[in-house]
Amino acid sequence: MGRDVIAAAEVRRIAALARLALTEDEVRRMTSDLSAILEYVARLDALELPDGTPLPPADRPATRSDDPATSLDERTALAGAPCTARGHFVVPRVIGP
Amino acid sequence: MSAAARPGARSIAAAVRAGRLTAEESVEDALAAIAGRDDLRAFLRVDRDGALAAARALDRGRAAGRAPGPLAGVPLAVKDNLCTRGLATTCGSRILEGWVPPYDATAVERLTAAGAIVVGKTNCDEFGMGSSNENSAFGPVAHPADPERVPGGSSGGSAAAVAAGLVPLALGSDTGGSVRQPASFCGIVGLKPSYGRVSRWGLVAFASSLDQVGPLTRDVQDAALALSVMAGPDGRDATASAVPVPDYLATLDGDPRGLRVGLLRGMVENEGTEPAVREAVLAAAGALAAGGAAVEEAEFVLAAYGVPIYALVATAEASSNLARYDGVRFGHRAAGATDPRSMVEATRDEGFGPEVKRRILLGTFALSAGYHDAYYGRALRARARLAAELDALFARFDVLLLPTSPGVAFRRGERLDDPVAMYLSDVFTVAANLGGHPAISIPGPRQGPALPVGVQLIAPRFGEPLLFRAALALEERGFAAADLP
Repeated sequence: MGRDVIAAAEVRRIAALARLALTEDEVRRMTSDLSAILEYVARLDALELPDGTPLPPADRPATRSDDPATSLDERTALAGAPCTARGHFVVPRVIGP
Repeated sequence: MSAAARPGARSIAAAVRAGRLTAEESVEDALAAIAGRDDLRAFLRVDRDGALAAARALDRGRAAGRAPGPLAGVPLAVKDNLCTRGLATTCGSRILEGWVPPYDATAVERLTAAGAIVVGKTNCDEFGMGSSNENSAFGPVAHPADPERVPGGSSGGSAAAVAAGLVPLALGSDTGGSVRQPASFCGIVGLKPSYGRVSRWGLVAFASSLDQVGPLTRDVQDAALALSVMAGPDGRDATASAVPVPDYLATLDGDPRGLRVGLLRGMVENEGTEPAVREAVLAAAGALAAGGAAVEEAEFVLAAYGVPIYALVATAEASSNLARYDGVRFGHRAAGATDPRSMVEATRDEGFGPEVKRRILLGTFALSAGYHDAYYGRALRARARLAAELDALFARFDVLLLPTSPGVAFRRGERLDDPVAMYLSDVFTVAANLGGHPAISIPGPRQGPALPVGVQLIAPRFGEPLLFRAALALEERGFAAADLP
C-alpha cells in the first residue's frame, strides 16, 4: 500500500478529541486502517453532488406533550454508576485544592 | 431433534393458548436446548430463574382465566444491546460489563406483554459494530453448521440461536445489515423494518438515523407476527412513526400474482457475488415469475456508493453516541486516575475494543473542523440522492430483489485484519438503512449440506405487507429455513 492518507499526528489529534488514549502501537495501526478506509470512501468524490442536494427525507419527529411525569428515582439512576456518594456521582477532583 | 423440526413461535403460542402446553414446559425445553449448544457461545447470559418465574406467572394467569397474548409462552432471545430490566446488558463491550438496565426496551416490553418470555441475552459484535461477531469482547459466536466459520454479525448470537433451534424468536438490531446478513449466513429469516416502524427506546444507540430493531425467525409468518406486536408509536422515541400498524399476519397471503418485482441484476452479476448466491437470487426471480409476478430487471446506480456513505454517516453518529461512555454514570471506570480527563481517556481505552475505537476515530475525523463538509456533509448529500433513487424505483416496483450478502459464511479470522473487506460484507444491505426502507433476508432454496445463502427483498417505506407477501410467496416455493444440525 502507498503513503498513508492520514498522518499519525492527525490520528493523535483526533484521538484526543474523541477522548481515546491510544498507545503508539495503536496509533500506527489506526493510521494504516483509517488510511485504507479513507482511500476507499474517496470513491464518493466521483459522485456529482450539487450543493443544493437536500438532506435525507425524514418523518417529522413527533413531539410529546410537555407534561410532568415520573422519571428514574435517585437510587435507580445512581445504581449503575461506578462510584457514588450521598446521592451523587463521584469523579476525580475537577478544580484544584 | 433437528432445528427444522422444532416448533415455531405461532405453534408454541397456539399450544399454550389452547392449554396443550404450559409456558413453563416451553421455557424448560428452550433452556435445555440452549444448554446443549453452549459450544456456539450464542448467549452471553441465560436468565433461567427469571424465565421460569415469568412462565409460571403466565401459566397461573391462564389458569385464573386471563387470556394469554399472541406470543404466549414463546421463548425469546434478546440481542445484548437491547435493555432488559434487571438483566445485565453489555452490548458485547467491556465498558458496559455488569451494567443492569433499570428499564426494558420498548420492543422487549411489547413482546413480553404479548406473552413472550426472555430466556437470555445474545452475543453480538461490540455495540453492533461488525459483520462476523468476532468483535464481541466476550468471544466469537460459532456458526451452527461449521464451528470454523462466523455466523455473521452483528446480531450473530441471535441468528445462531434461531438457526440451531434453541429459540423460535430472537431480537436483533440492524444499522447496516446486522439482522439480515447473519440471517443469510445462518439460513433463517431476518427483518429490518422501515425506519421508525419499531421504537428504538432501550436500544443502545450506535447510529441513530440508521438503527432499527428487527426479529429473526425460522419463517416469514413468525416475523410478521413479531412485527405486529412490536411496531407503532412510542412517546419515548420521537422517531417512532404514527403510520398505522396493520395486522401483518392476518392480512398476509403469499400470492405473487400481480406483484411488480425489480431484479437488481447489477448486484447479482457483481464480480464479488459468489455463484451460489447468484443462483439463489435468479431462482427466486424465476419462482416469483412462475407464480405470476411481473419480474423485470432494474438498475440501482448509486448502490455502489452505499458502503462509503454508510462508513461516514454511521461512524459520525457513533462517535457522538458513544461519547456518553465516560466512566461516570454507568459501566466501567479505569482505576487510579487523578483528574477527570485522564479518567475518561483511560476508561475508554480499557473499555472499547479495536473496531469501536476505529469507528469512533473515523467518525470524529469526518465531523472535525476542516473535514466536516468534505466528508460528513458530502456523505449526507449522497445519502439523500441514494434514498431518492430507491424511492424512484418504487414508483415502478413493489419490491426489489437482490442478494443479502455477496457470499456464504466466511471463515473466522479471514477478514479481521482488513476493515474494508469486512465493511464490504454489507455492500447489499446498507442501502435500506440509508433510505429508511424495510428489507428482509430469507433463505435461498434448500440445498442439502451446502452453507446457507440469503435472498433479500426491499420494499417502499412502511411497505412491510408487500415485503411479507413476496417473502411468503418464496417460502411457499421452497425458500425455507435450512435444517442445520
